[in-house]
Amino acid sequence: MHADAVVIGAGIHGCSAALHLGRAGISSIVLEQAYPGRHASGVNAGGVRRLGRHPAEIPLSVAAMGFWLNMEDFLGQDCGFRRTGQVKVAEDESEMERLRQRVAQLRSLGFTHEEIIDQDELKHLVPAVSGHCVGAIVCRDDGYALPFQTVTAFRKGAEAAGAQFKAGCRVDKLVRRGSIWQVQTSRLMIEAPILVNCSGAWAGGIAEQLDEPVPVSVEAPMLMISERVAPFCNPVVGATGRPLSFKQFENGTVLIGGGHRGQADPARQETQLDMGGLAFSARTAQEIFPCMRNVRVLRCWAGIEAVMPDGIPVIGPSAKFPDTFHAFGFSAHGFQLGPITGQIIAHLAVQSETSLPIEAFSIGRFLE
Amino acid sequence: MEDKRYDLAIIGAGPAGMAAASSAAGFGLRCLVIDEQPRPGGQIYRDTGHSPLANPDLLGPDYREGEVLAAEFGKAQMEYLSGAAVWHVDADGVVGLSREGRAWSVAARYILVATGAMERPCPIPGWTLPGVMTAGAGQILLKTSAMIPDGPIVLAGSGPLLFLVAWQYLNAGAEIVGFVETTSRANYLSALPFLPKALGAAEYLFKGLGYMKALRKARVPVFKGVADLRVEGDSKLEAISFSVGGKNKRIGCDTLLLHQGVVPNVQITRALGCEHIWDIRQVCWRPRLDDWGRTDSEKIYVAGDGGGIGGAAVAQIQGRLATLEIARHLNIIETAERDRLAAPHRVAMARHLRIRPFLDLLYRPTEVMRCPSDETIVCRCEEVTAGDIRSMVRMGCLGPNQTKSFGRPGMGPCQGRLCGLTVSEVIAAERGLPTAEVGYYRIRPPIKPITLGELAAFDAPEGKQK
Repeated sequence: MHADAVVIGAGIHGCSAALHLGRAGISSIVLEQAYPGRHASGVNAGGVRRLGRHPAEIPLSVAAMGFWLNMEDFLGQDCGFRRTGQVKVAEDESEMERLRQRVAQLRSLGFTHEEIIDQDELKHLVPAVSGHCVGAIVCRDDGYALPFQTVTAFRKGAEAAGAQFKAGCRVDKLVRRGSIWQVQTSRLMIEAPILVNCSGAWAGGIAEQLDEPVPVSVEAPMLMISERVAPFCNPVVGATGRPLSFKQFENGTVLIGGGHRGQADPARQETQLDMGGLAFSARTAQEIFPCMRNVRVLRCWAGIEAVMPDGIPVIGPSAKFPDTFHAFGFSAHGFQLGPITGQIIAHLAVQSETSLPIEAFSIGRFLE
Repeated sequence: MEDKRYDLAIIGAGPAGMAAASSAAGFGLRCLVIDEQPRPGGQIYRDTGHSPLANPDLLGPDYREGEVLAAEFGKAQMEYLSGAAVWHVDADGVVGLSREGRAWSVAARYILVATGAMERPCPIPGWTLPGVMTAGAGQILLKTSAMIPDGPIVLAGSGPLLFLVAWQYLNAGAEIVGFVETTSRANYLSALPFLPKALGAAEYLFKGLGYMKALRKARVPVFKGVADLRVEGDSKLEAISFSVGGKNKRIGCDTLLLHQGVVPNVQITRALGCEHIWDIRQVCWRPRLDDWGRTDSEKIYVAGDGGGIGGAAVAQIQGRLATLEIARHLNIIETAERDRLAAPHRVAMARHLRIRPFLDLLYRPTEVMRCPSDETIVCRCEEVTAGDIRSMVRMGCLGPNQTKSFGRPGMGPCQGRLCGLTVSEVIAAERGLPTAEVGYYRIRPPIKPITLGELAAFDAPEGKQK
């Protein structure tokens, strides 16, 4: 099979790349070892946030927000995006000071999306929050979306733009023939001049085949979800001194995550949970939301994520081959960036440049 | 370092768990039995020896057999934790427990899952209305509270338990206004060739015939080979309607007991990621086990109906067989001794199992009960209909796990127990594939819901021993 581009991985970034490529007139075949959205992209917490991002990611995150706020126009559906705001609470005065410094740093860089609020305003925004929280940062246009619905919408958008998806198709070998990539998979052979590596936790293997090995590690961030309870919390809430991600969906269920990792087995595409880590997250959630004590947890799970040593992704051209691009290693915070990553890849493929600053994400930073 | 682990943790104190614990104690194993109920017995022998009924004989002689087993269990040397829920098990033998608001974990060298069967879901239009319950739930009411529902009662569906409950309800003075059987004539024909073999365990047949005779004697209207079962009523059950012999019937009632057989409860073996087989004859999933009940996970064994439906007598034997093999692994007995002790159990088990092919084929659930009409709710927790599942398939959904992302079936408080089988079968039928290929929900912990407070107070085991 032939196409202009072969995209490896049908997560949010691969689907978005195929969509933007298709709309730019570049046909693509998307290869997926499982099914679209099976791993990190479909099962993550769905946070759509600029709040708290690494300075290098902020321009991309701000640009991505433009898509999220207009998703209906872009994809014909809202992907479950709700502009609830995101809040990061300070549990004592020293944490509050850290938050003030953070916002001052962003102002000096010219960004105003993060805003300091005091205890009264916090109580107003999140009445259920524990009294010991002294204040917070809020990012009012942030929110959350439904991950699987989002990946599915991007996949359908890509298909409408001419992309073909091949599920259950694992990449075995990449062979360069002149200016063409021959991709041998478990059931098909694909040929295309352009290659895009969006294979998340499996991207390290692809990069190695491209002779540019990178120190990507694989992690399994854990999440838990509760039974339905009456609405009590509108924004997505995080903490400053310890990991927490807390949100109540419209159906009343509460999703709790926060940094703790299970064990990932990328070869078998499976994860094992660490109940001790989940207990730690439960303690954090209960201390910040005491009303959660008697709410039942129904299900815990983990996604399989690629994490880079510096915590920011690899986005950009290959250092070894022309017309070859990477977008992986989002280190458990890539979901919000999905819409813009695809656009960057399409711009690089079509016009060899992007207007966004991506030097910090170069694969070259890990190569000698 | 001293190994503080139990030799064996048994989950469930029904026939399989009680028998296994008694044998394990006989071998001197350090054994822990964990059960959700306040007293041993499982579902079949629920509250055995402590029945609140003035005359427990009305439950029948089988129920009284539980007293013997419970007495042996009561004398055995082991630790018994009643009223405790197991919310996590891992393949290394760590079991997460919660009881009275506290959560902790224990470690064992081997685990025996003896969690038994659960009733196959009976998705018919209106089955979620108040007044409708399963025959099993109706039986528990009688066993644990000596209660039967007031007013006219109808029993509908198929399977041996439906007859037993009808008989027990008659004995307890219930007002049964209809016994509505969905078993088709075709089932009688397909089961017939297995009747001679079943005669080798004829006591099961005689029991069944006795129940039918009692229904006739009490002049209960019996309808056979019915179709188009439907619950009528707006906010609660008012009547059951069905078609029989080309005519439509309607019976007003206050309570409807539905049943169509039992299936293995595979939540724990599924959560462990054990390999499961689609059993074509019993129309359900069961874990793949060796002759001693061991799963494909080295330390995890299954005994009783959780490994395939065989009934209480078979469950006890399987509990003892698994214990023999575990005792061998612990170097308490030699292989030859294990085989010598197992031999009479294997003979008895083979005899009890002679009835199964006949019963399985006779009471095979009807197609429409397995793959209900579009309007029928499949997932009760999230109110997802069979039609919703079919439209998910048309949107590209390949299996049960993806349906969760498309529309939330299986994500409510019952954790997929009540819809899992139906969702797998509806998808398989819609895609034209065998159910085995479509698969089942991935079951993730907690295996039973646990409060955030309990989880927050959970102390993880320090440095798991392998």
